[in-house]
Amino acid sequence: MKALCYNGVRDLRAERVPDPTIINPKDAIIRVTYSSVCGSDLHIVNGYIPSVLAGDILGHEFMGEVVEVGSGVKKLKKGDRVVVGSILACGECQYCQSQSYSLCDNTNPHAWMTEKMYGDATAGIFGYTHAFGGYAGSHAEYIRVPFADVGAFVIPEGIPDESAVFASDAVPTGFMAADMADIQPGDVVAIWGCGGVGQMAIQTAWIMGASRVIAIDKEPERLRMARENSRAETLDFSKVEVMEALREMTGGRGPDACIDCVGMEATGEGWGYYYDKAKQSLRLENDRPLVLRDMIIACKKGGNISIVGVYSGFIDSIPMGAAMNKALTFKMGQQHSQKYIPQLLEHMQNGELDPGFLFTHKMSLEEGQKGYMMFNDKKAMRVVFDPRMN
Amino acid sequence: MAERVFANTSQPLSETLGMAPVDPEASGSSRVNVGQTERIFSAAGGALLLTVGLRQGSLGGFLLALAGGGLVFRGMSGYCPMNEALGRNSAETGEEAGVVEISKSLTIMKPREEVWAYWRRHENLPNFMYHLKEVRQITDKRSHWVAQIADSKLARALGSVEWDADIIDEVPNERLVWKSIPGSLVDHSGEVRFNDVPGGRPGTELHATIKYRPPAGQLGTAVAKLFNQNFKQMIKQDLRRFKQLLETGEIATIAGQPSGRKRDQLLENKPHQYSEPNQKHESLML
Repeated sequence: MKALCYNGVRDLRAERVPDPTIINPKDAIIRVTYSSVCGSDLHIVNGYIPSVLAGDILGHEFMGEVVEVGSGVKKLKKGDRVVVGSILACGECQYCQSQSYSLCDNTNPHAWMTEKMYGDATAGIFGYTHAFGGYAGSHAEYIRVPFADVGAFVIPEGIPDESAVFASDAVPTGFMAADMADIQPGDVVAIWGCGGVGQMAIQTAWIMGASRVIAIDKEPERLRMARENSRAETLDFSKVEVMEALREMTGGRGPDACIDCVGMEATGEGWGYYYDKAKQSLRLENDRPLVLRDMIIACKKGGNISIVGVYSGFIDSIPMGAAMNKALTFKMGQQHSQKYIPQLLEHMQNGELDPGFLFTHKMSLEEGQKGYMMFNDKKAMRVVFDPRMN
Repeated sequence: MAERVFANTSQPLSETLGMAPVDPEASGSSRVNVGQTERIFSAAGGALLLTVGLRQGSLGGFLLALAGGGLVFRGMSGYCPMNEALGRNSAETGEEAGVVEISKSLTIMKPREEVWAYWRRHENLPNFMYHLKEVRQITDKRSHWVAQIADSKLARALGSVEWDADIIDEVPNERLVWKSIPGSLVDHSGEVRFNDVPGGRPGTELHATIKYRPPAGQLGTAVAKLFNQNFKQMIKQDLRRFKQLLETGEIATIAGQPSGRKRDQLLENKPHQYSEPNQKHESLML
């Protein structure tokens, strides 16, 4: 089959690779119809997350059709149109049983790697480096989905493929961001980053009863979508002093909840950006925590900080004194796909959430490199690969 | 009392965990009873076993490496337990090898009885200890262990490594203590303990402690310190596979999946090689 493989930093190639096969009883093989780029892929493509090997197939946000199931698969059957959560979960360990699926004990064959880095092993993720399991990704004609009964969900009638594909990752991640921010009716919510996840966090904040949602980015197209598709007020951080603006817009209180949908490759205007950029290029710091610093200072006293932007390693110069003395609450994590996808498909079916507008560019796997570079340069909201195209 | 070797602490974890104070018997000493030519062959063959065992990353691999270490020890120190057993040496000794201890534990979301029953049936062990070819029950208490040296032409020539072990204490659903029989290449003992998770929560805490006597003298101690970290990781990998098998009925793997790598497609068919700590991955992590 054809697959989009990593060959080196900013070097992706469509290649011929063997077809996947059923390996374990609970596996299914899915014929991929759509597979989207994700902001977190950029950290890999740009070389900031270690343990990716040349030849690895990228991609973790996808949907498709079930073509084969293993002997242990009970719910899925051939021909089902499914969306698959990007993070693998076994459904049996103590974390899965408490619905914290992204903390699954049993799906990372390279558990020792994350355990060394983080003290604990986390779940496997499709196409997301060997530290996160080394599973072949979804930018391919076919993909093997382990624990398919737990991770793959049949898409209800009435949701088009162009929307359903984002129920894999962007929608549940944005939803979980708003969920962790513990938004109460009437809250003012500030969201950093207007990519796919940020847009979904904005829409979820409305569902949870936010009275105002303020979104921050610098890309005009993304800010436009945040206003027009997701109905947020927007701040362009390249033109506006964000900290001052947030304070003034909220009657001097600051937002009740601050959500980070940016993560480790944040850009900014001030000294902090150049400080982190320099340390990161010398490999003295994995991550650029600009957004994190801003959120701590901006947030209302006693407010909530929610983080779904990905961080990988160590960060510097975090105003911990402010966080402690302002009694902030922090919640963060990789999304629990399996917990959120069923209810999100319902919201999508009811028309309360529509991620379809994120689908701005459709490309073939051969155009993979071009697609990622466009996405990296913020010239596309989401590039989605259709492996059936040539 | 034997000297103990621990990384940075003076109190062994097994004491903290309240494990039974069972040490492997020193069935050897540091006396020279092997001829010069034999010593060279022993050291070379042992080094190979040690390398192969370490590369394989499992409890089986660990025991293989132990056996290799034993041969290296035989060559370097000039002492052979077999010679000892045959009474080929009767000189007095002043030194006895210390005990190295490795402890690892994890939690399995299954009732204690079920976890115990699977482990106590030793024939099951090769299902998650990838480098054991076979464990055969000889009597209720004695079992015969065969570790496979596979996956390399060089190593295949050496065949398999075998040893016997006795269960010296067991409390059903609670603990199991075993010890290699005197005269084994490397003296080792182990204990696995099965506890309920406290507070009435579901699941079983599994604690495994393995002890062995490294080759005697300064060289042996240095070797033991060097490998202790790796062995710990290997035992953890085996326990993790045990947990996966009991909780989900299968072991997570990417062996056999497609990639754009042409040359190592073959390598990926060997799950243990792919899911072990190795230099390539290690350097990539930094």
